Amino acid sequence: MSPAVYGVLFVFLAPVFGGLLAGVDRRVSARMQGRIGPPLLQPFYDFGKLIQKQARQVNPVVEPLLLGHVFFMAVTGALLLSGTDLIFIAFVFALAALFLVLAAGSVNSPYSFAGAERELIVLLASEPFFILMMAGICKVTGASTYAGVLASPQLVAVQLPGVLLAFLLVATIKLRKSPFDISTSHHPHQELVSGLTTDMSGRMLAYVELAHWYESALLCAFMVLLFNWSVPLGLVVFAIAYALEVLVDNSTSRAKWQLVLRSTWAATLIFSGGNVLALFLLSR
Amino acid sequence: MSFFSKSPWILHYDGSSCNGCDIEVLACLTPLYDVERFGVLNTGNPKHADILLVTGSVNERNIEIVENLYRQMPDPKVVVAVGACACSGGIFARAYNIQGGIDKVIPVDVYVPGCAARPESIIDGVVQGIAALEAKRKKTA
Repeated sequence: MSPAVYGVLFVFLAPVFGGLLAGVDRRVSARMQGRIGPPLLQPFYDFGKLIQKQARQVNPVVEPLLLGHVFFMAVTGALLLSGTDLIFIAFVFALAALFLVLAAGSVNSPYSFAGAERELIVLLASEPFFILMMAGICKVTGASTYAGVLASPQLVAVQLPGVLLAFLLVATIKLRKSPFDISTSHHPHQELVSGLTTDMSGRMLAYVELAHWYESALLCAFMVLLFNWSVPLGLVVFAIAYALEVLVDNSTSRAKWQLVLRSTWAATLIFSGGNVLALFLLSR
Repeated sequence: MSFFSKSPWILHYDGSSCNGCDIEVLACLTPLYDVERFGVLNTGNPKHADILLVTGSVNERNIEIVENLYRQMPDPKVVVAVGACACSGGIFARAYNIQGGIDKVIPVDVYVPGCAARPESIIDGVVQGIAALEAKRKKTA
């Protein structure tokens, strides 16, 4: 199959993967709390209901911005799998996230606005890492496309253990898990109500969910890049990493934004920066 | 069948309750009752909610808040009055600052009796609320 076909497949299958992952997540979380939890397909039921419900737009610009958010999340994955340069992917990924910040910042709700500001901080914390990770992967494998990295005989994770460690930390941000879910809140009665999504209702919220499903699938694709020997190996490691994220989510409370920024930057600089630097020095 | 019956999101508002009913509402989320099994989510945000669960009666100070929360909820939406105070004002009905039950301010779809209302009857009330939600959706669709 040509790489372009994989790109198209991502657009259609990633939401199914992301939605099921969210369903498993909610069930596993419930079991950790001694509950039975919702059906596996609950995220899809929620999505269907949100589409059917009335959507109130506080600002008419919100809907196009959220559609842009979904579109660029899907495009990031499609470009990644269809063989676009990895560094470019890191930038499109940031652009997709920026659309959500703009949508949340365009309304008057102080909670939504605070959520948008925090999402910017979170972007600031995570973006340097993704660029460094892509650079490291290109350096190790000598390839700059998805197919090229998968074809490489080098196992990336063995050469980039620091990057893998930092990836687990940054994934906590991207998967919106406690203690790093500062810009949104999946649990009620907290300081931010619902953060970014406070003023979004009906299908607006459904768009945010859909984009998040794409984002989860994208992170899974990144994990496959790190364990490039085989796709099933990457999927298994992603499953283990996700289980760890759920455990951390259920056993920690939300951190302040200063801690999020400092710890992520420290991990990016020390673990991945050190790792990539050592690689460059050793290979000279 | 629509998705409303599978994913009712709840907003819980405490009017001037003694907290008895509120504790029972929260008990519904605990491992013993676990209403999330049926897709129920306690959202805390009126713009995400389908069902407004009100405990306690309406007093002079919270009329506006109850009305505001109700207005902020997107359609279709239902209101479930939980406990004697929310239904009629309860033992506080004749107090100088109490207006009476929630239906004095916003239209109530389901009344859940009890002082405090038991978790089983609250879940029952929510189930009836879902039926009302379906009926409203069909009317607007």
